[in-house]
Amino acid sequence: MSSRGPAALPRVAILDYGAGNLVSIGRALEVVGARPVIVTGAAALRDVDALVVPGVGAAAPAMVRLHRRGLVRAIRGWVAAGRPLLGICLGLQLLFEGSDEDGARTLGILPGRTVRLAGAPRLPHIGWNDVVRRRPHWLFDGIADGAAFYFVHSYVACPAGAGASQLVVADTTHGESFASAVARGLLAGVQFHPERSGADGLRLLRNFVTAATLGGPADAVRAVAAAGMD
Amino acid sequence: MLRVRVIPCLDVADGRVVKGTRFVDLVDEGDPPELAAVYAAEGADEIVYLDIAATPRRRGTLLDVVHRTASRVFVPLTVGGGVRTVREMRDVLRAGADKVSFNTAAVLDPSLVRRCARRFGSQATVVAIDARRRVPAAGVRTDGGAAADPPAWEVVIRGGREPVVLDAVEWAGEAVAMGAGELLVTSMDRDGTGSGFDVELLRAITSRVTVPVIASGGAAGPADFVAAVRDGGAAAVLAASIFHRRIHSIAAVKAAMAAAGIPVRPVPEAAR
Repeated sequence: MSSRGPAALPRVAILDYGAGNLVSIGRALEVVGARPVIVTGAAALRDVDALVVPGVGAAAPAMVRLHRRGLVRAIRGWVAAGRPLLGICLGLQLLFEGSDEDGARTLGILPGRTVRLAGAPRLPHIGWNDVVRRRPHWLFDGIADGAAFYFVHSYVACPAGAGASQLVVADTTHGESFASAVARGLLAGVQFHPERSGADGLRLLRNFVTAATLGGPADAVRAVAAAGMD
Repeated sequence: MLRVRVIPCLDVADGRVVKGTRFVDLVDEGDPPELAAVYAAEGADEIVYLDIAATPRRRGTLLDVVHRTASRVFVPLTVGGGVRTVREMRDVLRAGADKVSFNTAAVLDPSLVRRCARRFGSQATVVAIDARRRVPAAGVRTDGGAAADPPAWEVVIRGGREPVVLDAVEWAGEAVAMGAGELLVTSMDRDGTGSGFDVELLRAITSRVTVPVIASGGAAGPADFVAAVRDGGAAAVLAASIFHRRIHSIAAVKAAMAAAGIPVRPVPEAAR
């Protein structure tokens, strides 16, 4: 840690569990002022300020790899400690309890399941679609309500239980409406790909890095209070 | 609402963009990442690279180009041309592509599509279909039946050089059944002619499959893009020369689509 001066960039771990393209998210984090670190095991999480769980594809093989690398307990512990995590696409879906895609049992950090996007005119849902805010949230600071982000998926996380509505930050509609952004404290997840969503995507990543750096809760509370919500 | 994508396609050979481009103010006009960055700034919703000189020996060059693109262009990137194995697809994705498209290799071995989709998901697995109108055999129809015959298209492979005995609409259905999450449909009759997309071909395929279809081949003006979407059912429209030669800007195409009631993503402020 001696190499880190007071002005050191926030270190953001990108979890590498074999789920595809890490180049874009790494570079996008650099562009917004973070120092990305590719992490393949739990030990490396000790030295980072925030965690990004990217990924595309199916839940079951992803969970196998996470288990094999000791990352399931590590992620649960990370979230339980209130530390900042951003799940992207599959990384969002894995936060929930299970997936209908292949029956996988997932991390179980958030209540609800991943289900097929029924009623969609065409699947996979590929392209830019509107992300409509359900409540003000620091994740979307400086981003117009309804701005389009890039999606590529066929399954969506479906929050359940009493806290479901508080969890959902934004919705998107493709045939039916689904939760495209969820958050609880410094834990956030987006179904779209901010690293592929141009300037607004970069802004969202910057908001996450900023919240993570500030220790976030204060920032989050301030944003919510400013909007007159509880 | 899902926006219809406007996609410039760059033909790449040996790490360089081929075919004339007339961009000014570029440090290097033939550098794919540089051109991709310009298009992204102008409002392109996705970039497609087609490696037209793909050989295993030069694979490293392509991977370098993909990596440099993903490092500076924050819109989706699809790469096609010469990918023949699950391992090659993995390498292209790792280099920074979001999707890989298969053409000849998928026709020769459709199980490749299934294996790639299983490993990386349908959303990353695109099948590109080059289709050509089948010409009815002369003299076969003397009863006037030919006029009533529905049009049919055959698949051509190896960069449009080799027709195969395969109906393009049938192949579209099979490719999706194998796991393709998107189809890139090019009319070889229209490609390079500027006579508009083959809307009938698009309609035949979009009626057959439920995955998104990208229209390609023949775009001359904004009205063609509108027709591909409104009449052909395309989820995205792709063009090369009209963008490269600065005949139409992405902004102009999107403005025409928006005026026709087609949802598009607004181009960035600076590109208006």
